[in-house]
Amino acid sequence: MTKKDIGLLILIIVVGAVVASINPRFLLPINLANTSNLVGMFGLVAIGQAFVIITGGIELSVGSVIALTGVLFVDLIANHGVPWPIALLLMIGLGVLIGLAHGLLITKLKMQPFVVTLCGLLIYRGMARFYTGDSTAGFAFGQKFPDLEFLAAGRSYGVPNSFIALIIATAIMWVVLHRSIFGRYLYAVGKNEEAARYSGIRTGLVIVSAYVICQVMTVFGSIYFAMYTRSIAPSAHANFYELYAIAAAVLGGFSLRGGEGSIIGVVLGVVLLQELQNLVNLLGIPSSLNFAVMGSVILIGVIADLEFAKFRQRRELTRELTPVGRKIVPEAAE
Amino acid sequence: MNTAAAVVTAPTDPFLILADIRKSYPGVVALQGFSMTVRPGEVIGLVGENGAGKSTLVKILGGVTEPESGTITLDGVEHRSLSVAASMTAGIAFVHQELNLFDNLDVAANIFIGREPRRGGILRLIDTQKLRAMAEPLLKRLGAGFKASTPLADLSLAQRQMVEIAKALSMRARLVILDEPTSSLPLSETAKLLDVIAALKRDNISVIFISHRLHEIEKAADRVIVLRDGSTAGTLDRAEIDHDRMVKLMIGRDLKAIQSAPAQARGAVAMRALEVRTSTYPGKTVDLDLHKGEILGIAGLVGSGRTELARAVFGIDPILGGRFEVGGEAYAPQQAANAVARGVFLVPEDRKGAGLLLDLPISQNISLPDLPRYSSNFMVVKSSENAAAETQRRNLDIRTPLVTTLAKSLSGGNQQKVVLGKWLAMKPKILIFDEPTRGIDVGSKSEIYRLMRGLADAGVAVMMISSDMEEVIGVSDRIAVMHEGSISGVLKRDQFSEENVMRLAIGKPLHAGSTG
Repeated sequence: MTKKDIGLLILIIVVGAVVASINPRFLLPINLANTSNLVGMFGLVAIGQAFVIITGGIELSVGSVIALTGVLFVDLIANHGVPWPIALLLMIGLGVLIGLAHGLLITKLKMQPFVVTLCGLLIYRGMARFYTGDSTAGFAFGQKFPDLEFLAAGRSYGVPNSFIALIIATAIMWVVLHRSIFGRYLYAVGKNEEAARYSGIRTGLVIVSAYVICQVMTVFGSIYFAMYTRSIAPSAHANFYELYAIAAAVLGGFSLRGGEGSIIGVVLGVVLLQELQNLVNLLGIPSSLNFAVMGSVILIGVIADLEFAKFRQRRELTRELTPVGRKIVPEAAE
Repeated sequence: MNTAAAVVTAPTDPFLILADIRKSYPGVVALQGFSMTVRPGEVIGLVGENGAGKSTLVKILGGVTEPESGTITLDGVEHRSLSVAASMTAGIAFVHQELNLFDNLDVAANIFIGREPRRGGILRLIDTQKLRAMAEPLLKRLGAGFKASTPLADLSLAQRQMVEIAKALSMRARLVILDEPTSSLPLSETAKLLDVIAALKRDNISVIFISHRLHEIEKAADRVIVLRDGSTAGTLDRAEIDHDRMVKLMIGRDLKAIQSAPAQARGAVAMRALEVRTSTYPGKTVDLDLHKGEILGIAGLVGSGRTELARAVFGIDPILGGRFEVGGEAYAPQQAANAVARGVFLVPEDRKGAGLLLDLPISQNISLPDLPRYSSNFMVVKSSENAAAETQRRNLDIRTPLVTTLAKSLSGGNQQKVVLGKWLAMKPKILIFDEPTRGIDVGSKSEIYRLMRGLADAGVAVMMISSDMEEVIGVSDRIAVMHEGSISGVLKRDQFSEENVMRLAIGKPLHAGSTG
């Protein structure tokens, strides 16, 4: 864990302690279970977003993809009798296709990620609405999918399975991002794509892979959201979810310029965001202020982080200059 | 001195006197007992290795840092230190290596940015006509060949520097400090800049000219101050200025001649370019042979297609026609990864942008192109990559105790060694250097030359693109000169001369008798 992550964890604990002292219901098992279920679902999506942000990109179509794959998945299993594992595989395939399309447009046609994925946001939302004729997709009365419902919306030992899924995903993705060759390439590309290319890295492949990973994680999240809500209104389902994911990454220490951030950071970012949502509910703050609270906390968090970084830099500078010889003399500017 | 404040200084008297300046940073003395005088119309060359104290001096003159002791006497008034404002009002102007200009504006707008003449009363519109009329005479004084209305984007680097100098003139500068102005200039452009310095001198404006390129200092300076380890190692008057003397003072010893003979005759053809066409000069073709064990210098003006050729060989840019052969086999790199797989490596011109990941430690920079070798089961093994980096650190003498040091905290010369180490940790067959010693101090330069020679002796085919005449002639075994997208001639050692390189670079034939 980096110092940033530890700072975030302390903040989460402090906020939790304050909320709990004002309203003890915060610590009730039912509240913790609900919150951790939300953390699990949003976390899966945010980890995907993190891979794209590491490369210096952004994926804005996440909410729309959740809506599209959500309605398709529910429709396939509820109305067309497709076994759910097959439907899941189909949705993952769709996610891979979307990720490939975005990645290739960005790397081959040199389009800006913001533009590509903004168009995606509009297109997939439109497709989701058109597919259902703008009506809500849901299950017929009494329709049951015991295995799927257990995995997606059930609990093991009182812990929501979505949260367990997040823990597994976090562990895998932590290894991928922080230990594997591919993870090193991702950071290199994010920090300086040009230099990475000049080191013989297939930067295009790395970037495309990041978008594919993002969409696959999004599809997993989408299935959880679908089974959580059980009825999907395609015009409203998962609106702004890409922004939750981006916000979590930023809170977790990611730079939108790329090359910075950790998996632990983004997961803690999700935890803090959901904790704040919960705080709004439990402290009787009007829920219309929901977004305002979130925005303010992110803003303050990022400002504090910047100031702290400056302070650290100053301290390092004075420390570096003391013991060593000529090398750090101002001439280093050359 | 204070009493002399009212006295108007005679033109030949120095208007700026630094006496016994000392400045230290924690643990380091940057300047000590430094004194100098500046007379109107005098061109002072300031040379020294990186870390010798040049930047500190520039900062003191600009009012950015305060000296701890010593005095600065300006027009007879003694100061302990200058403020930025005092430095500006005194007419001290700076032209830095990185220019502060706006690509999207024209020349006049750049010169008077923030001080534009206004019209239209309350609307305060910019009076473009007046702006250009004000700029023209400044450009004329410098002998510029472009107009005040020319968009900056159309100008070459040297012309842009002229715009910076014109800006200084517009602020009534008396002393212009040129900080490494020529380090990224091609030969022909450098000549232009030297003309501008002469023009300033004619107008009785003083110049402090900081450069690593001693040739230019030799040509331009009336007096040379050599700094070493924060104090004056020597001052040379016009008649005493000479290359070897400056080098000796800078490093405190004689530098071995950079020229070194190859240990063996050149070997088989390592790479062949056959009628290669690049996107910059789609109508021209390049034919070139690169042999094992040789250092092939590529000379030519900036924009003659040298970097484009290097990028094409390395697979960064696609070629429009023709083909490459490496080791006798077809070679068509689609991306740099293909080149790296074939042992064709590039040390790029833009060290900080393309050569290195500045935010990463030395070890990770070195392992990056060959990461699978330092891994097991797709996981990077840090100990193995650190060990490889440590080997390079020792072999190349990268001056930092730990390979976990971030690349950005190294000096230019050491950074270049890291870029080199990245490739030496693999098995280079062909190594292309693009401007390998730009902005690197004299001591590190000769180390890089030695390394290049060592590689060639080990059978590597070395190609070196350089705009530094001294370097091209001193280091190469053969020189291929490019002109507007094609090779205008290849010189053998016995044909090496500045004149021959220059003639080919501007597209003229060699003199009769000197063609090989």
